Amino acid sequence: MNRRENLKLLFTGTVGTGLLLTGCSPEEKALPENALLSGGTIGGRTEEEKQRDQELLSETFFTDDERKKLSTLVDIIMPKDSESPAATEIGVVDFMEFMMKDQPANQTRMRGGLMWLDFEADEKFGKVFNELSESEVIQIVDEVAWPDTAKPEYEGGVRWFNMLRNLTCSGYFSTEPGWKYMGYVGNTPNAWDGVPQEVMAKHGFQLEEKYLSIYLKPEDRGTIIQWDDEGNVTG
Amino acid sequence: MSFQIKSSGDSYDVIIVGSGAGGGMASKILSEAGLSVAVVEAGGDFDPAKEEDRTQLRPPWESPRRGAGTQIRPFGDFDAAIGGWEIDGEPYTRKGDSEFDWFRSRMVGGRTNHWGRISLRFGPNDFKRASIDGLGDDWPIGYDDVKPYYDKVDKLIGVYGSKEGIYNEPDGFFLPPPKPRLHELYLKKGASSASIPMIPSRLSILTRPINKDRGACFFCRQCNRACQVYADFSAGTCLVHPAMKQGKVDLFTHSMVRKVTSDDSGKATGVSFVNVKDMKEYKLKSNVVVLGASACETSRIMLNSKSKTHPNGIGNSSGVLGHYLHDSTGASRSGIIPDMMGRERYNEDGTGGMHMYTPWWLDNKKLDFARGYHIEYGGGMGQPGYGAGGNMDSMRKYITDEFGKPSPNGGYGEGLKKDIRQIYGSTVGMSGRGESVPRFDNYCEIDPTVVDKFGIPVLRFNYKWTDQEINQAKHMQDTFEEILTGSGAQLLGTKPGADTLYGLAAPGRIIHEVGTARMGNDPKTSVLNSNSQAHDCKNLFVVDAGSFVSQADKNPTWTILALSWRTSDFIVSELKKKNI
Repeated sequence: MNRRENLKLLFTGTVGTGLLLTGCSPEEKALPENALLSGGTIGGRTEEEKQRDQELLSETFFTDDERKKLSTLVDIIMPKDSESPAATEIGVVDFMEFMMKDQPANQTRMRGGLMWLDFEADEKFGKVFNELSESEVIQIVDEVAWPDTAKPEYEGGVRWFNMLRNLTCSGYFSTEPGWKYMGYVGNTPNAWDGVPQEVMAKHGFQLEEKYLSIYLKPEDRGTIIQWDDEGNVTG
Repeated sequence: MSFQIKSSGDSYDVIIVGSGAGGGMASKILSEAGLSVAVVEAGGDFDPAKEEDRTQLRPPWESPRRGAGTQIRPFGDFDAAIGGWEIDGEPYTRKGDSEFDWFRSRMVGGRTNHWGRISLRFGPNDFKRASIDGLGDDWPIGYDDVKPYYDKVDKLIGVYGSKEGIYNEPDGFFLPPPKPRLHELYLKKGASSASIPMIPSRLSILTRPINKDRGACFFCRQCNRACQVYADFSAGTCLVHPAMKQGKVDLFTHSMVRKVTSDDSGKATGVSFVNVKDMKEYKLKSNVVVLGASACETSRIMLNSKSKTHPNGIGNSSGVLGHYLHDSTGASRSGIIPDMMGRERYNEDGTGGMHMYTPWWLDNKKLDFARGYHIEYGGGMGQPGYGAGGNMDSMRKYITDEFGKPSPNGGYGEGLKKDIRQIYGSTVGMSGRGESVPRFDNYCEIDPTVVDKFGIPVLRFNYKWTDQEINQAKHMQDTFEEILTGSGAQLLGTKPGADTLYGLAAPGRIIHEVGTARMGNDPKTSVLNSNSQAHDCKNLFVVDAGSFVSQADKNPTWTILALSWRTSDFIVSELKKKNI
């Protein structure tokens, strides 16, 4: 089932229990991330929430200059590799733009860090950050990317980069390609029947004997339960 | 929209304020007894089966904030509960350096749209704590009075669990429990090594169907988003809407109750409320008024219901109304289990909560605090959303390469990406939820100077933890370390110490606040009698956790449901006898 059919079925309400959200085939990966970032959260919204999302989406926080800095940095934090795309390819900067407006308490910290980049670039190389070469950028990143070994004078920069790393990772792994890379396979039709046997064996676990007879058996899920007067399941 | 303007002449047998666990149950039982019922709810209608209300099974990219919490959905953008800790235009205040955070949900079903579905019965000891430790008061009723109603609630609503035969953790009519997840097996190993029990959890999620109207769980692990097939309990889907389908129930949404009206004899005559859509005042009349607005909101309504015969608020001749407010204690800790790093991928969503938990297992006579706590566990390969891959500035060092060399904290690039994949699903956490000792000095009252946007005076909270709760939190932290270490976990963060009250959460944070209109046999020291009927207003009843004398180390919902059913039966019987 492709994404569009899936959504269509969801909206017409014809999908039964347990048949939702089948995996999409690779060619279906026309990424919805950017498109959805323009529409606000889907589902169950109050009027106030719809209005707020629209307001936030209509405002602009980052300048072009800041976006360029961020694009460089997020792709250093989460670069393209043989298994997954680069952060900028899946809308991570757009996600950050939204989060700055959604959680304005982070704005000053974020903007301050981005401004500091120009100070540091000037100190080190006599240029603004966006004109640095790749290796010059990395030299600055290395000053703030390693919390346990960073020089004390970069303490503030480290805190800022921690926030940037966290936001980049949030924006990266909360996408379909992020799920794929992580290997997340939940929210697929499934009756939970415990940890797969080979995994149990590998980790050296066995189910407790005394519960074996009472654990849910997937084949019983369609039958209305019955008890005797003592609360024992009889059917 | 279900709001209908009623002229002030309309009268019902019963008005129920609030549509959560207590109000929802009362609406079902009273309407099925043939009474005409009005349910008055401050928020809007909500039905997760309707596509427009559905947040279940939405991936994080359907939210521009990727599921991060907001003011009105602090537990995440897809959480079903609408309201939160702070609601615009509906403030509350705190006196002095009191801490109290008040979580409210403005919607049909109330906070049952959010909760963890942990459905524990109070045990025989939980109703008689004063007799055991000399602190606080006994309930005027005991487990035997409530047991038949717990049984009925189990059968009507459904709860999975296992029969264990533990005296103070009574068994019920359980649906089959799901098998444990991998991290729960690791934690169980740790608990066993510390001689701490860990048993199948008891959650109101239908692992098997209980009737034809609700589906069985399909294991998406998202009960907090409300279930499209009604496989989890919420008061809207399981009680209020089914009651409405039978007829005899009118639902008034967006209706914020100002006060209970009364006549010269002091008898309740109905409610006065503001329609939050047109901001106009309306009145409804009834023979009986049932309050189920939540412990604090109910006491607020009663305190605001002043009249000649009820100068301190309706039902408050004792001066106890609002007092004995108490929430569960809460503290937590987390760890990371190296043996679970780089684990095999499979779908381990399971139900929308833990599959195993720890009931209270010790004897307080040997401890420096009076009451117990249970432990809730978390972990596993949850859905990556907002926050995924986070905290690598402090957690990356727990990842080692094949030569045992740890990764450096922080960093960037392909190596960081791989480490995030490696660490995914290997962190575990646990939280204690304990019983606090109810105190007269912990209370909510009307703030004499602040009103909300409807002009209704608001609550002011006065609340302090005592050594009982602080020592309990200290004990929790020791226990958590013992279990985590026994599980083979490395402890994350530093152990919370005395400076943070051992990580003890601020009052209100656990959202189990109870006790503000407590029941008792003595009208001088309690607001309600043992049937949750106001001592000084015979046709006024409370069906939320306001009536609790003490809260036990159990989540209150199952007891709210059982007591609401019991009180509803009493109302029907008293009406038949023409006593009210």
